[in-house]
Amino acid sequence: MAPVSRRLFLKSSAAVGAGLVLGVHLPMPDKGFAAAPEAPPQPDLYNPNAFIRIAPDNTVTLLSKHIEFGQGPYTGLATLVAEELGADWGQMRAEGAPGDLVYQNIGRGMQLTGGSSSIRNSYLQMRRIGATARAMLVAAAAKQWEVPAVEVLVDKGVLTHSSGKKATMGELAEAAMALPAPAADDVKLKDPESFTLIGRELPRLDTPAKLDGSARYTIDVDRENQVVAMIERPPRFGAKLTGFDEGAAKRIPGFVAAKEVPGGVAVYADGFWPAKMARHALNAQWDESGAEHADSDQMIERFKAKLGEAGKPAADRGGADAVLDKPAEGDKVLTADYVFPYLAHAPMEPLDCVIERTADGGVEAWYGAQAPTIDQMAIAKVLGVPLDKVKINVLFAGGSFGRRAQGDASLAVEAAQLLASAPEGRPVKLVWTREDDIRGGYYRPLYVHRLEAVVRKNEIAAWRHRIVGQSIFAWTPFPEPKDGIDPTSVEGARNLPYGINDFKVELTTEKIGIPVLWWRSVGSTHTAFSTETFMDEVLAAAGLDPVEGRLAMLAEHPRHAGVLRAVAELADWGKGAPAGRAYGVALHESFQTYVAEIAEVSLDRSGMPKVHKVYCAVDCGVAVNPNIIAAQMEGGIGYGLGAALFNAVDVVDGRVVQRNFDDYKPLRMGDMPEVSVTVVKSGEAPTGVGEPGVPPVAPAVANAFARLTGKRVRHLPFARALGGA
Amino acid sequence: MKYALTVNGEPREVDVAPGTPLLWVLREQVGLKGTKYGCGVAQCGACTVHVDGKPARSCVLPVEEVGARAVTTIEGLSGPVADRLRAAWRSLDVPQCGYCQSGQLMTACALLTEVPKPDAEQVEHAMAGNVCRCCTYTRIRRAIGMAAEEGGAP
Repeated sequence: MAPVSRRLFLKSSAAVGAGLVLGVHLPMPDKGFAAAPEAPPQPDLYNPNAFIRIAPDNTVTLLSKHIEFGQGPYTGLATLVAEELGADWGQMRAEGAPGDLVYQNIGRGMQLTGGSSSIRNSYLQMRRIGATARAMLVAAAAKQWEVPAVEVLVDKGVLTHSSGKKATMGELAEAAMALPAPAADDVKLKDPESFTLIGRELPRLDTPAKLDGSARYTIDVDRENQVVAMIERPPRFGAKLTGFDEGAAKRIPGFVAAKEVPGGVAVYADGFWPAKMARHALNAQWDESGAEHADSDQMIERFKAKLGEAGKPAADRGGADAVLDKPAEGDKVLTADYVFPYLAHAPMEPLDCVIERTADGGVEAWYGAQAPTIDQMAIAKVLGVPLDKVKINVLFAGGSFGRRAQGDASLAVEAAQLLASAPEGRPVKLVWTREDDIRGGYYRPLYVHRLEAVVRKNEIAAWRHRIVGQSIFAWTPFPEPKDGIDPTSVEGARNLPYGINDFKVELTTEKIGIPVLWWRSVGSTHTAFSTETFMDEVLAAAGLDPVEGRLAMLAEHPRHAGVLRAVAELADWGKGAPAGRAYGVALHESFQTYVAEIAEVSLDRSGMPKVHKVYCAVDCGVAVNPNIIAAQMEGGIGYGLGAALFNAVDVVDGRVVQRNFDDYKPLRMGDMPEVSVTVVKSGEAPTGVGEPGVPPVAPAVANAFARLTGKRVRHLPFARALGGA
Repeated sequence: MKYALTVNGEPREVDVAPGTPLLWVLREQVGLKGTKYGCGVAQCGACTVHVDGKPARSCVLPVEEVGARAVTTIEGLSGPVADRLRAAWRSLDVPQCGYCQSGQLMTACALLTEVPKPDAEQVEHAMAGNVCRCCTYTRIRRAIGMAAEEGGAP
């Protein structure tokens, strides 16, 4: 860390890194954590001092308002700043910004990473911050050298003047801090034509530390006198603890204490292994009379029964019902039902959080916090400390895929409760085991869908889509939408881009006591599969080619059409797959990023699809770093494919069946296809890439599989649909 | 119980209960945090270290079974093969979240040390025990290929 005194400070500086957290209004009236205090003054979201630190050694450190868990914001945001600042890429560093409203997601009023929004949200902000800092450095140089500011040149981190004067940004940073920031109107951004860093495949800033063991994650944090804590959780969601016997646990060397906490029994020990052994030795008893007894197989049957009834309309144009109710002579009517299981996120690093009390009566935490503002409020409420004394240090997370994006702050709440009960007030490192992770709920919800269509004279005369499942919004503090439609249940279905005049999407929301959460690409995890596989069936019934048929309905959606054409060209769709293999295509937009994929598939000896290659075309607007975009497509394809092939979390009479990677099978190298990505050139504002690579892969594989075998897989995962192959 | 270990070439004495997996001894007694916990049941490979040069899942290796054998962690991984692998990993920007990458590199290094020019099947077989939930597998494959290529003739 650079010395504080040499930071580029503005006079109006907010206390960067000091945990200054102002109140925030969140729409959480009934289920919130705390009444929001008075409306705070809005922090200056364009204050360079809050976001960059220029050290005497001429390094420039970006404080990333978005958490880094692989999707690349450290590199992406630093690129945006460096472009306008005039920095050399070799100068750039990045670290996580602490919890503070100055690091809010613009337009959302709180700090969070989600919805593939980091680049979309930061594009203009980070550039303006870079340009502002550049103007201040130029002003400092002009003053020092007594030359007009317009004559000062900035290139690769060095400021020069034709008189021979020269200084690095690091040398000028202190003088620049004494100057007022220029007015926003005076800060000019570059013309994209003159970008020198944006659009290049710059090396990631976080790679070196991830190759030698020096990258620090939550699980690596050690606080003085810290105690490791694990929780013995109820065997069924909602079971109540009636007692436990710590006799045997006490004999485990390193055991410190066992205490009842709201989540179960907390075991405190000097280390992970003693904590795990002691937890195993606890004989916890539970009252399961009021617990959740949901059963996933029964849920599927119950949800399916609801498919015969109309749900709440999420989209309704034309008269789909009328056409479906009275098909004309010669019409083809198609119907298909789909089942999507509960899914665990299973990031490599299970949930964890380090938390301690500070000397000034506050609390400080270190962890991969994906929604620091919500967590700060939750911790303040649980521990009864003022919001402005809750400091969160945001570290790398070993993946998340949505697991740490907790609207109910459940991890932060749990950590705060453990700190409240910690023996002698010791700092606590809360750790979840993999079993805790797989069995701990917060799954992608289980859904069933029904799709119905009428094909008339080689056109789609009607399309009706019914979805039944749990609401993710119901597990967040956000208010339920007034129309009763959780948008995350129907996204990707209600906004189907194809030009179908008689079109209806309906939702039936079921209440189940199993916690659910967004899972990488959220609603599109299931809507892309049902719509894009059904579309293939419908086009086949209409005698149309999957690519040409789609394109014919995309006249009003050029970006959808653009990626579809691009992927067809990349894979040479017209020529088709090599012998013994088949192509399947799928197209889906999520989070304003457009992705089309073609899977090249054969059958393996067990009858399962073997995916050799996936071609992918993506349009995410301006491509800030094409290499990271490609990496996110590759990763999203693998993540979506693994779930589609293998994964389900089953619940039998309220008990989760799966426990670890032996029965919740992760995709391994041998199952990973080659991936070829083309990034469609675009001048549109950039959008995110963390999630949008996921949705098309499963339907593309299913469509290829149907071409190969004539079999339609409509119940995921494939391994189950194909008889546990 | 006290155990004498050799970690990254240095003698280390630790005092832990018998049965404690080497993973936790390395992380919590020796203070080397690069070796990661992912599953605890030898299913994911995040905890991979070398024991006498062979990859081992430290999460299921009780400390008393290590004995006098040399333990190498990501922090101590060195030599020409490791250098080539790291260079390849860097040039392709393999890591995403990075949490599994210590284990990936340990396994890859053991592979190339034993089989300097592995074919695709040998790579997949050797790497099958190392899970990457970010699915950086295509780049891991390429990076191993690059490092093998640069190793010259076998």
